[in-house]
Amino acid sequence: MEVTTQYFKHCALLTVTGRVDSYTAPKLSEAIEAVNKNNVFKIVLDLGELEYMSSAGFRALLVGQRTCRRYNRGEIVLARVPKKIYEAFELTGFTPLFKMFDDVTAAVGSF
Amino acid sequence: MRTIVFPASFEQLDAIREFVGQAARDAEMSETEICAVQMAVDEACSNIIEHAYHGRSGEIEVTSDFRDETLTIVLRDYGDSFDPRSVPQPDLTSDLEERQVGGLGIYLMRQLMDEVRYEQHAGAGNVLFLVKRRRRQP
Repeated sequence: MEVTTQYFKHCALLTVTGRVDSYTAPKLSEAIEAVNKNNVFKIVLDLGELEYMSSAGFRALLVGQRTCRRYNRGEIVLARVPKKIYEAFELTGFTPLFKMFDDVTAAVGSF
Repeated sequence: MRTIVFPASFEQLDAIREFVGQAARDAEMSETEICAVQMAVDEACSNIIEHAYHGRSGEIEVTSDFRDETLTIVLRDYGDSFDPRSVPQPDLTSDLEERQVGGLGIYLMRQLMDEVRYEQHAGAGNVLFLVKRRRRQP
């Protein structure tokens, strides 16, 4: 798994590629926390090139979402969620917890 | 029937998913079924590494067997016994603050497979059977 971070005027864009499992999920959490440390809590996660995510990744997203939404200071939104990952999201009831966008521009523009 | 013994480490999850993915492909299962098997086995092995071995070194023996339209993955470990049935089903409708981060893996495992069976053998480790039946292709 690789995460690259870009900062825009109103949010940060994290592009996550590869596979997120119990081994790599801590790296995803670290990337989200690094953005939070810069006082940025509006985050777009581009998952378009993500091959796989297990529940360890879901937990990282859940914890990140809690931190970002606190005090209404922001939130994590998801862009380009691959179909098979979306299906696992649905199974675990995660879909109501994250806004989802079909493209990155719309997601970044939502902030 | 094929068996590979993997070190019980999160680093091995990629290789374990690859092994069971190949077993599902060899069984000519659909892409959705292959993904389901890979994810369920990943969740089960993550639990073994975390809750049976508590991060200590150990082994997970992974066996795949396809017969009668059914793929059975058997995971054997020699760590502390960990019965997935002891984990309560997570509340999937609670809001963000109330949402539990644990128990999701086991819930997914049960949703993705047709059968999940746990057996504890004195001196022969903990055995988890993950069963997926191949659906007829349209």
